[in-house]
Amino acid sequence: MKTLAEAKSKLPLIIFLTPILLWLILLIVLPHLDLLRMSFRIENDYGDMVWSVNNYLEFFREPIYWLTFTRTALYAIIVTFLTLCISLPVAFYITKVAPPKFKGFLSLLLLMPFWVSELVRIYGWMILLRESGVVNHFLLRWGVLRQPVEMLYNDVAMTMGLVYTSMLFMVVPLLSVLDSLDDSLIEAAFDLGSSMITIVWKIIIPHAMPGIASGSIVVFMLSLGNYLTPNLMGGKNSLWFTEQIYNQFIASFNWNQGSAFGFLLLIISSLIIFVGLKLTKQKLSGVIQ
Amino acid sequence: MHIDLSVKHVSKRFESFTAVDDVCFEVEKGKFFSILGPSGCGKTTLLRMIAGFEEPSEGNIFIGAQNMADIPPNRRPVNLIFQHLALFPMMNVAENIGFGLARRNESKAEIKKKVADILERVNLPGFDSKKIYQLSGGQKQRVAIARSLVLDPTVLLLDEPLGALDLKLREQMKIELKKLQEEVGTTFVYITHDQSEALVMSDHVAVMNEGRFEQIDRPQNLYSKPASPFVARFVGNNNRLPGTCMGYADGIAELKLTSGETIAAGTERQITPGAQAELFIRPESIIIEPAEELPELNRIQVMVSSILFDGANSQLLATSPALAEEFLISLPQNRQYEHICAGDRVEIGWDFRAGNCFTVP
Repeated sequence: MKTLAEAKSKLPLIIFLTPILLWLILLIVLPHLDLLRMSFRIENDYGDMVWSVNNYLEFFREPIYWLTFTRTALYAIIVTFLTLCISLPVAFYITKVAPPKFKGFLSLLLLMPFWVSELVRIYGWMILLRESGVVNHFLLRWGVLRQPVEMLYNDVAMTMGLVYTSMLFMVVPLLSVLDSLDDSLIEAAFDLGSSMITIVWKIIIPHAMPGIASGSIVVFMLSLGNYLTPNLMGGKNSLWFTEQIYNQFIASFNWNQGSAFGFLLLIISSLIIFVGLKLTKQKLSGVIQ
Repeated sequence: MHIDLSVKHVSKRFESFTAVDDVCFEVEKGKFFSILGPSGCGKTTLLRMIAGFEEPSEGNIFIGAQNMADIPPNRRPVNLIFQHLALFPMMNVAENIGFGLARRNESKAEIKKKVADILERVNLPGFDSKKIYQLSGGQKQRVAIARSLVLDPTVLLLDEPLGALDLKLREQMKIELKKLQEEVGTTFVYITHDQSEALVMSDHVAVMNEGRFEQIDRPQNLYSKPASPFVARFVGNNNRLPGTCMGYADGIAELKLTSGETIAAGTERQITPGAQAELFIRPESIIIEPAEELPELNRIQVMVSSILFDGANSQLLATSPALAEEFLISLPQNRQYEHICAGDRVEIGWDFRAGNCFTVP
């Protein structure tokens, strides 16, 4: 009788969990397992599929692959850092400086661009920055430039696009973590003789560290795995690692190589985050909260 | 006489609201000065102006002999102990205390020595490496005081720092704080809404109400010679007895109560006959069942409505047609009054000069 009652009490839980578990297993776990299997298969000289780690070795053998990867990771780190530098003052202004009645409005302003898709936002930037775009038009009219300049298709434009795309994901955790910072701590530090720079360094950043770490992880992962922005705003030379994966899957039709690259991206980015957490002495469980 | 802090005609207005209204006072070096007032009377605003977090709308603040106008908080020779202490949770005790010293670019060895000294002084030796969350309420209190005192400020400002402690600890910290102040000899400016804190610790107390100082005096005088009805009511318990002045002679006004009875009311000031006046009389000034032969006593028959037993502070509540409000009367626990129960009729009396009578504005 007792087991029946137990089973009954668990029934609603099972019903609610089923769709989510199905989603996870069918659309995420199973495809990944299949990709993992595929990444270890290659075609031998006779055209048969055999097990091998050749796909992974290929990454290290061919400089273009690991150089692209290094470049991607480096840029993702730069993007993360720039996003942090921009978001920290913004979040500080919203939580501590702005009058309380404007806080909601300012947060809404930050959120608003994210109501439209990333593609539309990127096209917006392209309209602004391209050779015949809005910025060039005004610079020409005001006589700053004699000839239009191509501002798109370079690393600077791409970095800016990535920072813009990922800013929200940095600001939101910073908002919540700075909101929990007691104003009197800042005042106390001021009272004890600190300058504004020391307050930022000794009080605000240490307090905001969990928010900075979680925001940085999200921004880093999003930038590293971004395909759209580097592809549309970056030039021919701004090769992003996700484009390499895309090329393997779609252009070369080499799914085995593509999935190996996919897993390498996953592993190495996890590794970079792990090192980052160790360097800043943060715990993953603390950061996720 | 050296004046450490001098506040001259300082006002602070927020749009239409006046938080601090033309306040003047001076604090001598090494004194413990308290500002006592109900919440919302503007005392925190006043303190924040002295610390530099708010700019006075009018008036000047001098610390030592220096005008503090346009000097930011980080360059004022004062330190503030915040209501919730504001210890830095990301640092340990030694880093917290050394924070201000490090900002002055003192050497590591110097900081270490000073931190050890001040920890000794506040009875927390060996607590250097403790984290803030490991400390109890009283220990946090001492760390906060040490963090400010180590900088050797001209004036130490304290914003109700004992408010968060429980009663027993608060009593203990009161005495400790007073002793510490006497030892180090720093000028303390302490704000509180707790009259007992102000009376026990201070050399001088200012009573503040609605942005103004009602009275600045020694605690004893504040209690025995209140300058205004507000002070009479706010400092200690007082019973109020309104009436009309019928005559005045030699420090005693003749007061006609609404019930028609006439009593003698001691007063510090001249009261013109015909004016509305109110007498304030302390619960401990009232004698229960006074002896017949005692001279110069106002006597009233009252009914005991209840007895509030609180050990040494026991009181009884009494009503009478003659009294506009219920009277609080202290009830000494010396077994003399054990027979009195709620509902009894007893006679009470007080000396002609025991109370304080004020003209009603």
